[in-house]
Formats: sequence, structure tokens, C-alpha cells
Amino acid sequence: MSAVEAVRPRRNIELVLLILALLVGCGANAMTAINEGAALSNDFWMESGILAAASLALHISLRFRAKYADPVILPIVVTLNGLGLAMIHRLDTPDTDYGNAQARWTVIGMALAAVVIWVLKDHRTLRRFTYISLILSAVLLVLPLVPGVTAGDINGAQVWIKFGSATFQPGEVAKITIGIFFAGYLSTNRDLILLAGRRIGKLQLPRFRDLGPMIIAWLASIGILIFQHDLGMSILFFGIFISMIYVATSRASWALLGILLMFGGAMAASIIFPHIRLRIDGWLNAFDPDVFGRQFGGSYQIVQGLFGMANGGIIGTGLGQGRPDLVPFAHSDMIIAAFGEELGLVGLFAIVMLYALLVTRGMRAAIGARDAFGKLLACGLSAGIGLQCFVVIGGVTRLIPLTGLTTPFLAAGGSSLLANWIIIALMLVISNAARRPLDTTPLQPEEAPNPATTSSLRKQTAAETTLTQAVKKQ
Amino acid sequence: MNELTLTVLRLGFLVLMWVLVFSIVAAMRRDLAVGRRNKTGAPSAREVRKNPALAEPPPRQHANQLVVVEGPLAGTTMPLGESPVLLGRAQEATLVLEDDYASGRHARLFPQGSRWFIEDLGSTNGTYLADRQLTRAQPVELNVPIRIGKTVIELRP
Repeated sequence: MSAVEAVRPRRNIELVLLILALLVGCGANAMTAINEGAALSNDFWMESGILAAASLALHISLRFRAKYADPVILPIVVTLNGLGLAMIHRLDTPDTDYGNAQARWTVIGMALAAVVIWVLKDHRTLRRFTYISLILSAVLLVLPLVPGVTAGDINGAQVWIKFGSATFQPGEVAKITIGIFFAGYLSTNRDLILLAGRRIGKLQLPRFRDLGPMIIAWLASIGILIFQHDLGMSILFFGIFISMIYVATSRASWALLGILLMFGGAMAASIIFPHIRLRIDGWLNAFDPDVFGRQFGGSYQIVQGLFGMANGGIIGTGLGQGRPDLVPFAHSDMIIAAFGEELGLVGLFAIVMLYALLVTRGMRAAIGARDAFGKLLACGLSAGIGLQCFVVIGGVTRLIPLTGLTTPFLAAGGSSLLANWIIIALMLVISNAARRPLDTTPLQPEEAPNPATTSSLRKQTAAETTLTQAVKKQ
Repeated sequence: MNELTLTVLRLGFLVLMWVLVFSIVAAMRRDLAVGRRNKTGAPSAREVRKNPALAEPPPRQHANQLVVVEGPLAGTTMPLGESPVLLGRAQEATLVLEDDYASGRHARLFPQGSRWFIEDLGSTNGTYLADRQLTRAQPVELNVPIRIGKTVIELRP
């Protein structure tokens, strides 16, 4: 069975890449200190130590629980997380402490990822929670609107809840539960949805009643847009749904219909809601002096980000030597602009490349997975990460209107970090199932295939032999 | 620190980032060759086309149908094609078992190479192949009973 040997766990390669990843992550942190002429502070050693210890702990968990998991996912994510930590730390003013908060959330996120890897032996158990996930997602999405729990309107969006003094964005976690629901629902009802509909030219249109879930997903996304003023999250949810239904049915008509619906919804929203109209105006006429100087919904932030990236040029100003702090929300929404300024086009492309590799690894896990549920889940989760990157980076570079999504793993934000680490843990578990060789060799006789009958049989014979021995003695 | 060292460090960091990206790509290079090595060790379709000697000799007897021997559905037969067969009580199963002791998605029969394999899908009561409980996917020979709850199934030529 030489081919079975060909599938190796490849955990050692992961370790090597992980060390390289930590070198980049902690190196970025050290670079800012060196460039600012400061000595390496306690914060630096603490953050690097935490990142290294937590990622090694995850690596060891994988060695024990998911031996065949994809070896490049963890290093990619650790690099991104380390770069984010370094940049957030670098942007901290003496009054703010986002860096240490981010380090804390990194540890919590990685710990949760380790828990998922230890507890979730087989991703197919999640399939049992299909409808529970649906209810959970609905609750999570409505939570920020419930009086008493809601943290109110922060920066124009009502997507936060508060625990005491801490705030949390439940929508980020809903990304996972909605993925589980769609994967469970579509893997069960795929054949029903695929049933013949009317055919117009090359497009096979779905039957009207099969459109039900699509319309519900659309209404939910529009609901997020209307009640929570969160365009990014609404695009993300609907995008995940569209990509999953496209993968499940391989019908272009669904994707086309979905995109049309989304555009229609966004158009209507931009006519009805002034703040969305301002966003679009700020995107189209960013350099108009009136729009630039406007108090609300102006293009100040995005144009400052563009100036920053222009200042960085091809190879950047060097970490710690630019002025990304001139951009509002440089540590969260605009962190890509901060990287563009300090690492330049070359560095930014490396980051985009890492995201692209991460998404391809998710899709690879989906291709390899042996069950429809795992395929759809891995695909939906990685499509979500890809879409989120597109919406954020596209917004910062003025390809599309800027929306309030976080850059996965880079931007400051505990809930996003937490949710994304859980997504990575799920991807690792699915990729483990996908890459694990299927053991089809005949059973060894000593493998005791039926523990129930054989063990009782053995006990019986053992009892009998003692009995006969006792009889002989007498 | 002087200007030169800083510049070298700055460029060095960018190089390090790309070294990481390229090492990752190099690490997954093997994975990108989809289907180069099949998991069962059977030669891939392309290898067979290049070198017909590699093709597996046609087996003497193919399993062409599935027969329910015992249980509520006794006597039912089902043709076996190229696609996997899901056994269980769920409506989406290929063979819907009306058996109170079967799980919704109980077991899966799937073809690989020239043989059919059976795999338990985490059922409550287990799947038995020739009276031995399945712990992993097992090849199914012709006329060997597969027991699911009170139902017994056999593959026939």
C-alpha cells in the first residue's frame, strides 16, 4: 500500500512554517520598536511570548487530535494575527491600549480554537444542529436590537451588545452558525432544489417555492441593513448564502438571481436611507472638496487612507515610520491602509496573497471532504473569509463603497478575532477529515470488531476455565 | 542605529514576508497535483491512458444489485450504479429503510476501484458486516450479509 504512505500528516512542515510565521509576526513588532528608536519593551516580549506559546499549543493540539489537518492554514493565520497585533500595538497612543486588548482576544480566540479541535472529533456531528443553528443565528442577529442588552448606536451601526463594560458583536459569531445551517439545509435539500424548473435559453430558473430559503436569506440581509445600518454584514451574509447555493447546485441562475436581488436591495436602500446614500456619494465623489470636508458620511477617512498608501509607495515607509495614525480608525476599519503605507505595495500584496492562500486551502478542504455537509461548510466558511477581505480591501482602495467590516485577523476587534479563530478550527477539522486516508485494509483478527459479543464471550470462557480448574482441584 | 541598517532591515522584512508566502506555496505544491495519487493506490485515469498495462484487470464478478434479504423490506432489490448509496430511515436516503432500529443516516455504500465499500455514518445501533460491527470502511464481497437494525442486505452480481 505505497499510496497510503503517500498521505502523510505533514505536521513537521507546519512547525517549520509556523516558526517562519512567528518570525514575521514578532519581527513586525520588533521592527516598529527599532524604527522608532525605542528599546524592545516588556509589551513586545509579552505579546510575542503569548503569540508563540498559543500557536505552539494549537500546533500540539493538531498533532494529537487532527493529525492530517492542512499544514499551511495555521501558519497563514498566525502570520496575519501577528502582523495585526504589531500594527495595532504600533498605532496605540499613550492613552489607548488596543494592542494588549487584541493580545488578550488572540489568546481567547486560540484557546477556543483548541477547544473546538479537541472536542469536535468529526465535523459531521454539527449537522445535527442544523435548525438549532438557524434559531441561534436569528437570536444572535436580533440581540443588538433588544433593549437592555444592546450597546446602542456605535459609529452609526447598531451591531453591538454589552456585558458589563465589555462590548461584543454577536453578528460575527452568527457567521459560523449561519454557515452550519446553510450547509445542513442545502446538503439535505439539494436534490429538491435541483428539481427541474423553467428553462429560458441557457438559464435553468429555479421553481418559485424553492426560492423560499433564498428569499428568507435576502430578507434577513435587508433586515440587517435597515435595522442595524450594517451594509458590510448584510453583504457578507447574503454572499455566503449565494456562494453556498451555487456550490450545492452548480446553477449559475441562482448566483445571478442572488446578485440581482442584492443589487436591487442595495439600490432601494440607497434611495430610502440617507446614510447609505452618503456612503455611496463619498465613494463616487471622494475627492470633491464638499464631500471631503462633510461632517457625516464624508470621504475624509477613505481619502486619508489613499494618501497614506500613496505615501507608502512600492516598498513602504517602513514599520513605525509612516503616519497611519492620521487616518480615522486606522487600527480597525482602515488597518489595510496602515499596512499599505508602512509596508508598501510589496507588503500589502504579500498580505493579500496570504488571504488568497487561506481561501484556497479552505476550498481544497471542501474538495477533499467526503460528505456534502463538510464540503458546503468548508466552502461557505472560506467564501465568507474571502468575501470579507474583498469588501474591506475593496472599500479601503475605493473599488467599492467603504463598509464597516473587519479585516479578518488583522483588524482590532475581539468578536471578529474570536469568530475567525473558531472558523479556522472548523476548517482544520474538516481538512483533517478530508486528508485522512480512508482505511480500507481488511480487519486484523486481533482488532475485535464486535466488542459487545466477543468481550462477553471471553469473560464467559474465562469464567468457565476458572470453574473447571476449581473442579479439577477438588 | 544608522540609516543603512534601518533600510536593510526594512527591505529584509518585506523579503521575509515573501519568503513565507513562497514557502507556503512550496509546501502545498504536492497538494495542488489533484488526483496524481489515488488514495487506494489505484492508478489514475491519466496514468491508465498513458500506460494501458496499469489498468486493473476486470474483476470476475461485479456487484450489480442490492437485495434486502431480511427485515420489513425483505425482497426489495435495487440496481447499483456508479454513485454511492445512502442507507437509513431519512427521506433523502437512497434506500429508505422502514426499520425502527435504523438511524436516519445509517450507513453508506460506495464504489471504489472495482469494489463496493460500506461505511457506518455514526449510527446509534451500528452496522454489522458478516456479524462483525464496522469500526471503519470495509470492502463488501458478494453475498456477504450487511445487517442494519433488523434489515439484512446483500450485494448480488
